[in-house]
Amino acid sequence: MNLIFAFILYLATALLVSGLVWKIIRYVRTPVPHMIAVAPVPQTRLGVLARLMRETIFFESLFRASKWTWLFGWTFHYALAVVLLRHLYFVTDPPPFWLVMVFVPSDYAAWLMVMSLAGLLVRRVAVDRIRYISSPSDYAMLLLLLLIGGSGLLLRHSMHVDITAVRDFMLGLLELSPQALPVNLMLYVHIGSVAILAVVFPFSKLVHFPGYYFSPGHNQRYRQSSQP
Amino acid sequence: MKNFDTPRIKPAAVPPDRPIFESQERQQISLVEGWKDIAIEKLGEIVDSNRAVRVFLDSCVKCGACTDKCHYFLGTGDPLNMPVARQDLIRGIYRRHHTLAGKMFPKFVGALELTEELIEDWSAYYYQCSECRRCSVFCPFGIDTAELTMAGRSILDAIGLKQKYIHTVIGNVHRIGNNLGMVGPAIADTLGSLEEEVAEDTGVDVRFPLDQPNAEVLLVVPSADLYAEPHVDGLIGCAKIFHQAGIHWTMATAASEAANFGLFVGDDAHMADIAERILVTARELGAQKIVIGECGHAWRVASSYWQSILKDRTQYNETIPEPVHICEFTHDLIIGGRVRLDPSVHDDKVITFHDSCNVARGSRMGTQPRDIYRIPRAILKAACGRFVDMAPDTIYESTLCCGGGGGLLTDELIEIRVSGASPRVRALEQVISKHGVTHMAAICAICKSQFRAALPRYGLDTDMIVSLHQIMGDAVVLDQAPT
Repeated sequence: MNLIFAFILYLATALLVSGLVWKIIRYVRTPVPHMIAVAPVPQTRLGVLARLMRETIFFESLFRASKWTWLFGWTFHYALAVVLLRHLYFVTDPPPFWLVMVFVPSDYAAWLMVMSLAGLLVRRVAVDRIRYISSPSDYAMLLLLLLIGGSGLLLRHSMHVDITAVRDFMLGLLELSPQALPVNLMLYVHIGSVAILAVVFPFSKLVHFPGYYFSPGHNQRYRQSSQP
Repeated sequence: MKNFDTPRIKPAAVPPDRPIFESQERQQISLVEGWKDIAIEKLGEIVDSNRAVRVFLDSCVKCGACTDKCHYFLGTGDPLNMPVARQDLIRGIYRRHHTLAGKMFPKFVGALELTEELIEDWSAYYYQCSECRRCSVFCPFGIDTAELTMAGRSILDAIGLKQKYIHTVIGNVHRIGNNLGMVGPAIADTLGSLEEEVAEDTGVDVRFPLDQPNAEVLLVVPSADLYAEPHVDGLIGCAKIFHQAGIHWTMATAASEAANFGLFVGDDAHMADIAERILVTARELGAQKIVIGECGHAWRVASSYWQSILKDRTQYNETIPEPVHICEFTHDLIIGGRVRLDPSVHDDKVITFHDSCNVARGSRMGTQPRDIYRIPRAILKAACGRFVDMAPDTIYESTLCCGGGGGLLTDELIEIRVSGASPRVRALEQVISKHGVTHMAAICAICKSQFRAALPRYGLDTDMIVSLHQIMGDAVVLDQAPT
C-alpha cells in the first residue's frame, strides 16, 4: 500500500505540474491580436495589477454579479487556502514558525469550506439557469471537493490518524524514500481524491487558475492618451 | 438594485429567430461540402491565433454569474440566450475535438457533436447576440461572449452561412464607400440641402464642407447621419458647433462611413480594409485630425482596433493616427469657451443618456478611464438644464444594449430586437414616471435606429430618442455673422 500511494502521488504531481506548464506555454505562445479589455480599462501597469489583485482577493466582478455565488465561491476559495496552509505541516521539516497560528483558524476554515461547497452544490441544483448550464463534470467537481473536505474533517475530528506518521510518509516522498503510511481507509480516500483532483486540474475548468491571469478581458490596458 | 425581473427559463419558439443568410432558403439551410471538417479546422485556427478565445473556452467554471445579464435572455427567457449557454455551443465543439477530456469523456464534460441541428442553433443564437459585452463585466474572469460570437460567425461564414445584412453592408462599403451605398454626388446633394435647411431655420449660413483639403478636422460619421432621423439632426448639430467655434472642418466622399461591420463577423481583413479608407483619405486630404462621429462600434474599432489591424499594412510604418471622438472634441470646445451654450432652449425637456455598449465597454475617451461615461454627460448637462441618469445597474459599464447592435439591425430580426430592448425600456420607463424624462440621448447610429423601431412597440414616442449633438447643437448660441 505504501508503494501504491507513493506511486499515485508521484504520478499525480507529475501530471499536475507538467499539465499546467503545458497549458501555460500554450497560453503564452498564442497571440493576442486585439485590445479587448472590458471597460473601464486601466491605463497603467499598476492599474492592471490592481485590477487582477482586486479580482483575485475580493472576486470583485462576481460580487457585482451575484451575491450568493460570491458568498459561497469566495468563502470556499479562501477557506481552502487556509486549509492548504495548514497542510504545509506535512511537507516541511521543520515547519515554519508561524504555522501554529494557522491551526485554530484552519479548523473553522475546514467547516466553512465544506459548507460553502454544499452551498454551491445546492445553488447548482436549485437555480434553473445554473442547472441548465451544468454538465455531469460540474457536479462531479463539487462532489470530489466535498469528498476531500469531508474525509479531511473525519480524519481530524473522529477517525484519528497518526499525523506524525503521515508526515513521515510525505517527507519520505520528498526525499524519494517512501516510508510507511498508516493503515486508515479514510486517509486512503482523502489522499486518493486529492490525487484525482490534481490529475484533473490542468485538463478541466479548474485551469481557471492560472488561466485567469491570461485573460485579455482583464489584463490589458490603454496607453495613456496623447490627446490634450 | 434589481430593475428588471429575471425570467424563469423557457425554451425558444420553434424554430428560433434567425437572420437571412446569403443564397439560403429561410427554413432549410444547405452547407458547403465537407463542412464538418472545415468548421473543426477553422475553430482550431481561431483558438491557435487568439489567446482570448483559448483562455475563455478553457476557463469558464459555469458559476452562472452571467446567466441573468444578457438583455436577450432577460427579454425572452430563452436559456440559449444565457451568455454561458451561448458560449457552450462552441465550447462543446472545442471540448469534443480540441481537448483531451472531451475526446475521452465527451458526455461527462458537456462536449457536443457537430451536427446540422447544432449549426442551426449557431445560426440562430450567434445572431441573437449583439456583441455588447455586458456579460463580460460580471464574469469573474472577464470572459467576453462577443469574442466567441465572432468566432461562431466566422465559422458559419466558412461553411456557407454568410449573414445577408452584414455582408451586404460590407460589400457596399467596399464597392461604393459607405454602408448605405450612397454615391458621391448624392452625398454632396444631401449636404447642400442640409445647408439650406439650417439657413432657413436659423438664418445663419452654416456650411457642410465636403472633400476640403487641409482641414483641421476630418469628420467621419456613420452614413445613417446623412439621411435617417434622428441621426441627421446630430450631424446638423455638429455643423452648427463647428461653425460657431470657427473650426475648419470637412467630410469626405471617400470616407463617408465610420461604421465597420468587419468587427461583427470577426473578420480582421475586412475590418482593416474598411478602416484603412479613412486613414488614406485623411492623408490625401491633409486633414490634421480624424474625428469619429456618433457611432458606437465605429469608435470601438477606431480607439481599440486601429493599432492592431493596421500595423501590418506596410504603408503605416509611420505611426497610426490617434482618432478623436466627437464628444471629446466638442467637450473641449465647451471647456475652452469656444462655444457658448444656452440651456434654456431645452427647458421643456428632461434628458437621460443611453450609454452605447461599444463606447461604454469597448473604448476609451478623454484622459481618465471613466471619461467615457463622464464626457457625454458633461456635454448634456451643459446643454440641458435637467439631466437624470437611469438606474445604476443599467448605465456606465453595466449599460444595457439597445437590442439592435452587432449586425442585428435587420427587419427579419425585429422580434428578437424588440425583446432585447425590453430591459432598457424598463429602465427608461422608471425615469419617465419618476423624473418626467422626455428624451433619451444616444451617441450611436444603431441605437438610434433601433429605438426608433422598438420604442413604439412599448407605447413610447419615437421622438424620445435623440442625437447627443442635436441637443448640444440646438443649445449653441450662433452669432448671426460668421466669426
